[in-house]
Amino acid sequence: MPASPLTEAISVAIESDVLVIGGGLAGLTSALAAAREGADVRLVAAKQSTLRNASGLVDVLGYTADGEGPLVDPYDAIPNLPADHPYRTVGVDTVRKAMALFDEVTPRYRGGHTDANALLPTHGGTVKPTARYPAGVSDGIASDGRDALLVGIESMTDFDAPHVAAHLTAAGVPFDVRGVTIQFPGDLRADAAITRYAKLLDTNGTVTADGRECPVRAALADRVAAEHDGEPRIGFPAILGDDDPAEIRAALAERLDAAVFEVPMGPPSLPGLRLEDSLFAALDEAGVSIATGNPVVGYDGDGRVEQVYVEKNGARIPNSADQYVLATGGLVGKGIDSDRERVYEPVFDCHVAHADDRYDWFDREPFGNHDFARFGVHTDGDLRPVDGDDSVEFDNVRAAGSVLGGYDFAAEKSGSGVSIATGYAAGRSAARRAR
Amino acid sequence: MSRQTEVLVIGGGSTGAGIARDLSMRGVGVTLVEQGNLTHGTTGRMHGLLHSGGRYAVSDQVSAAECIEENRVLRDIASHCVETTGGLFVKRPEDSEAYFQEKLDGCAASGIPTEVLSAEEARAVEPHLAPDIEKAISVPDGAVDPFRLVVANAASAREHGARIETHSTVTDIRVEDREVVGAELDHASGPGKHVHGTEGGTEIIRADHVVNATGAWAGRTGAMAGVDIEVRPSKGVMTVMNTRQVDTVINRCRPKGDADIIVPHETAAILGTTDEEVDDPEEYPEEQWEVDMMIDTLAELVPMLRDARTIRSFWGVRPLYEPPSVDSDDPTDITRDFFLLDHAERDALDGLTTIVGGKLTTYRLMAEAVSDHVCERFGVDADCRTADVSLPGSEEFSVLRDYMDEFDLRSPIGRRSVERLGSRADDVLETSGPNPTVCNCEAVTRAEIQDAVDQSGSDLNAVRLRTRASMGSCQGGFCCHRLAGELHDDHEEAVVREAWDDLLRERWTGQRHALWGEQLSQAMLNYALHATTQNRDNDPADGDPVDFGAFDAGVAADGGDQRGD
Ligand SMILES: Cc1cc2nc3c(=O)[nH]c(=O)nc-3n(C[C@H](O)[C@H](O)[C@H](O)COP(=O)(O)OP(=O)(O)OC[C@H]3O[C@@H](n4cnc5c(N)ncnc54)[C@H](O)[C@@H]3O)c2cc1C
Ligand SMILES: Cc1cc2nc3c(=O)[nH]c(=O)nc-3n(C[C@H](O)[C@H](O)[C@H](O)COP(=O)(O)OP(=O)(O)OC[C@H]3O[C@@H](n4cnc5c(N)ncnc54)[C@H](O)[C@@H]3O)c2cc1C
Repeated sequence: MPASPLTEAISVAIESDVLVIGGGLAGLTSALAAAREGADVRLVAAKQSTLRNASGLVDVLGYTADGEGPLVDPYDAIPNLPADHPYRTVGVDTVRKAMALFDEVTPRYRGGHTDANALLPTHGGTVKPTARYPAGVSDGIASDGRDALLVGIESMTDFDAPHVAAHLTAAGVPFDVRGVTIQFPGDLRADAAITRYAKLLDTNGTVTADGRECPVRAALADRVAAEHDGEPRIGFPAILGDDDPAEIRAALAERLDAAVFEVPMGPPSLPGLRLEDSLFAALDEAGVSIATGNPVVGYDGDGRVEQVYVEKNGARIPNSADQYVLATGGLVGKGIDSDRERVYEPVFDCHVAHADDRYDWFDREPFGNHDFARFGVHTDGDLRPVDGDDSVEFDNVRAAGSVLGGYDFAAEKSGSGVSIATGYAAGRSAARRAR
Repeated sequence: MSRQTEVLVIGGGSTGAGIARDLSMRGVGVTLVEQGNLTHGTTGRMHGLLHSGGRYAVSDQVSAAECIEENRVLRDIASHCVETTGGLFVKRPEDSEAYFQEKLDGCAASGIPTEVLSAEEARAVEPHLAPDIEKAISVPDGAVDPFRLVVANAASAREHGARIETHSTVTDIRVEDREVVGAELDHASGPGKHVHGTEGGTEIIRADHVVNATGAWAGRTGAMAGVDIEVRPSKGVMTVMNTRQVDTVINRCRPKGDADIIVPHETAAILGTTDEEVDDPEEYPEEQWEVDMMIDTLAELVPMLRDARTIRSFWGVRPLYEPPSVDSDDPTDITRDFFLLDHAERDALDGLTTIVGGKLTTYRLMAEAVSDHVCERFGVDADCRTADVSLPGSEEFSVLRDYMDEFDLRSPIGRRSVERLGSRADDVLETSGPNPTVCNCEAVTRAEIQDAVDQSGSDLNAVRLRTRASMGSCQGGFCCHRLAGELHDDHEEAVVREAWDDLLRERWTGQRHALWGEQLSQAMLNYALHATTQNRDNDPADGDPVDFGAFDAGVAADGGDQRGD
């Protein structure tokens, strides 16, 4: 049906108590929190997969806004963050409650047994402070004194094991670490996608290696065994299966007689995709209705959003709700966009503060104090976006996650934590307000 | 250490390299010294237009005639450095009809062949021209790769016995009894520095004659010998677009102006340019309005530029010169012609000649003029042959490739592997192990990176220039750490870390002028990849020791369960 003012007017809007816009960590958490409050929740997202970019580690706070760290206890530091930081808006108790909800729905995650951050090896060869980590990476923890062997795959340029090991050593880790490079058994082509490795391991397909046919897990373990020198733990790039990583790790561990862990990597990140899968499953279970693949392109209302339009096959389909959560992400997710003159929020055109001169949007150093990293909407204490004069833009819109301004998640290592905490707070508050 | 040469040429841009070739082909002993790589100066930061002369056909017909002449010569002797794209001067409704006619007449008077195209004909050639374009004049403009051109000239000079020293800076010019007798220079040291004298050492080169071909630096070089040379450096901006929106050179048909030309180069299009006088050829402001204007103004000719993605912008400085008596206020009034300054006659200082001004397109003519002058002084009776003998590699592509390697230079506008590698492609790309892609945007494989590391040492920026790795749309977001990993095969971790930092810094600096829209989102993604996923901004290897014992030691330490579901 072609889009026209007429068809818009006569088609019946899809209704819900709470409409969440965005399917990243913030949107998923807020939909879940709202559903837990008993609201009828609908989630619309332009793209399903944003966590494919993320490492799958769930950071809460690794460094202060002034760059102090690594912080041992993130919760201790939250009250001292700048006043306009989203963590200050929701408060430290809400952060804890949100993390508890996260723990409840992600049984594959570890780290909830303590407030202390964990230091985990990165594929760049550093260690990073994080609050929650998949079970599959937990044997790689850097405060664990056991020696480690890292295994790289010759045709995979993203993880150079000898380099990562040397870098970790320079970082002062309290154990000996060595890196070796092996050829992956079977004949995956040189530029095979990460998911090809995962699938092959998931199905434990038969490969021909060193002249004989053998299931791939055993063949991989044997290649590693030839290089293994008794280290009690062995790390791989995060390619060990998509459906059942625990079983693959167990199979390798048994044959190698050592603990096995993964080191998170860049996009496409399997740990990120696995996290996304478990959150979508939790939403299904909570009865949230989900529509991905179509963007919100406009809205009706003044001071209060009456309905939004989702674009589907060229038509504008109205979706209406009592309360809305804007969780469209930051510059990466396109919840915040820019042109040569300005920075803006495309869905509701909420106010985004920025310098007029775009050369003031960034620092000269690659890891300097970048304004662009803090671009986003600012809110009142109930996460409702405010305009340049601090007045609430829409009575029934709350914002969560990277669409919020005032914090630099990359420098602070607070990306997932802020999304989970503000998503939780926005979803809960929206549900409580819904008629 | 002190050496003797007949002629010392200072400056490894198009002019200096052209002079070294010309003189050495006439049997004169030449040493050429350059403070950076070849093309380090303006030559490596220009627009790459092989002028037909059309741009000067109204204002300066002497230059126009020189351009068309040299344009023909270069198509012949340097076909491997030139793309014969053709060019158009397009007229918008608001552009003057009288000027369009003057342009046609001026081209005719300067010997530039033209053809008038109707709006429909022009759009048949360039479909993305604005719908209100009225008509166009076609001219034989082209695109020239200055990197290959200069290396080919230096290579030819070397084949004729010249000595070429890069990374060697002249620090003083020796004058004895009102005669220049040589120069003192510093040789750089370090990986990737190709120096034939003593690395890190100083050298005195004694010469019968010194040629100052230092372009925008000519004033400073002159000062070392105690003469005043009034170079008026003028900067211009160029903005590189991610795709080739046009296949012919597009000029605006109106009197001189900023932002009036688009030059296609291989897979990109480069917008240009501006003209503004600066004080210092190395330190000058690079400003946002210049980039904005470039896009806004040129979108009047090709509207799709308004929403196209820019990759980066860069600036160059024109070595304009005018005799002190002229004193133009506006740099656009300064002639584009070149000047040969005979300091014997001008300043009563023997042994020194300066060549300044001009254009890349006329470099060969400039070199011929200098060489004639020097030969006359020394009574060398040999004709110039540079217009007749092709440059090395124009018959066989691989020849120039080898020279590019030798001079540690890659054309940053070169194409993919096989073309990048020329005849070495087989040698480099045929490896026994797997050859995965390291840089996806530019399709650079491990074998190419390893080959570049073999030749450039630990300098990842040099590896970048050789291979184009990290220079595509993602600007290194996905591959900087991979390049570091490749480097680690031959270099220690601490060296790798430093090279990696340098690469990140260089990639960041290059993006400054394109940070909005898609490219700003990309920058945020890259920042997240490097700072969040890799924690490179707080690399504990660079900072204070970390108290590992204070952090979560995992559940394994408590005997807990490591199995997720
Ligand atoms: C490279 C990278 C690495 C990271 N690594 C880590 C890490 O190691 N640890 C950590 O804790 N965090 C990490 N993060 C941060 C984290 O993964 C999330 O990006 C962050 O928490 C923001 O989540 P979000 O839900 O606010 O936004 P996003 O994840 O960006 O999601 C935005 C959602 O909104 C949708 N959307 C946008 N516009 C519209 C529209 N108009 N209509 C409908 N839907 C729309 C998008 O399609 C998407 O579904 C990383 C992020 C990046 C980019
Ligand atoms: C923005 C812009 C666009 C242009 N576009 C075009 C175009 O499209 N077509 C065209 O034909 N022309 C164009 N030009 C003009 C052309 O680029 C220049 O005229 C030409 O490259 C000058 O070459 P050169 O060898 O004289 O100077 P340079 O290339 O600057 O060479 C001088 C060299 O001397 C070296 N040097 C300086 N001091 C010392 C020292 N003390 N010791 C050792 N070495 C030293 C420098 O490092 C430098 O490499 C453009 C110029 C600009 C600025």
